[in-house]
Amino acid sequence: MKSANELLASRNNNHQSWTPLMELATKEVFELMLSAELKPASDDDHSPFDITAMVGLAGQLCGVLTIRCSRETAAQMASKMLGSQPAADSQDVKDAFGEVGNMIAGNFKNKISGLGDACMLSVPTVITGTDYSVHSLADSDGLELRQLFEGSPFLVTLEIHS
Amino acid sequence: MNSVSTLIVDDSSVMRKIIERLLRQAGLELEHVYEAGNGVEALGVLKENKVDLILCDINMPVMNGLEFIKQLPEVENGKGVPVVMITTEGSESHVVQALSCGAKGYIRKPFTPEQVKENVLTLLAGKT
Repeated sequence: MKSANELLASRNNNHQSWTPLMELATKEVFELMLSAELKPASDDDHSPFDITAMVGLAGQLCGVLTIRCSRETAAQMASKMLGSQPAADSQDVKDAFGEVGNMIAGNFKNKISGLGDACMLSVPTVITGTDYSVHSLADSDGLELRQLFEGSPFLVTLEIHS
Repeated sequence: MNSVSTLIVDDSSVMRKIIERLLRQAGLELEHVYEAGNGVEALGVLKENKVDLILCDINMPVMNGLEFIKQLPEVENGKGVPVVMITTEGSESHVVQALSCGAKGYIRKPFTPEQVKENVLTLLAGKT
């Protein structure tokens, strides 16, 4: 586990060393809450992602954690969480997908010693559709994790601000 | 075990449904399940209804879970009701803060069904 001081000291360095923490945080959320084992996805797979959940982090670590996939995949995630099949465009799917992002963000920050108290999470925001642009204030390379959930790809990113 | 009434407080309706399902899987016979999306709504529920157990998130809009449990004793039906926090906030200081505010249990998200069962059954066994 890395301390907050180590984290801050490395702020201007390459953040890719945090990728295993984000991978573990994501894996635990899917194993515990969705009873699903993730597999790495190919970087070549550029399936269209039309649902996005965003969770802001503020404090010693500032940034935005984003999870993206297709609405069908998000509906499948919601189904695994609820134990029933919600309609693909239902509020339950958006709510569940936002909660997945929220748990990944929380689990990630809890894995960095000293950051749990020093970093607050926003409530999740969920966006559907593809015709939008995000203009981040991030000033360093972010983290990116591409995984397969039951054969379908999804992408987790963390953009980091100073 | 006799049937119990519970209040589940979380801004995610999906999380409220998951928690209810896990309570039933834990073997609880639920007489009433009340839901609230934040602390203010939860205090409103308790003005009208008695419950045996409260499960509560921390990060919520309007009124968060820590503020809610601070105000809980001021509501007639809130006095003495055991509260289990279920939250993504996993730091030691959040746990200490929640317990000092009156919470009797603390579960970090993501969680296992066993963690919910163990926390809830232990609390209810101690209450009877």
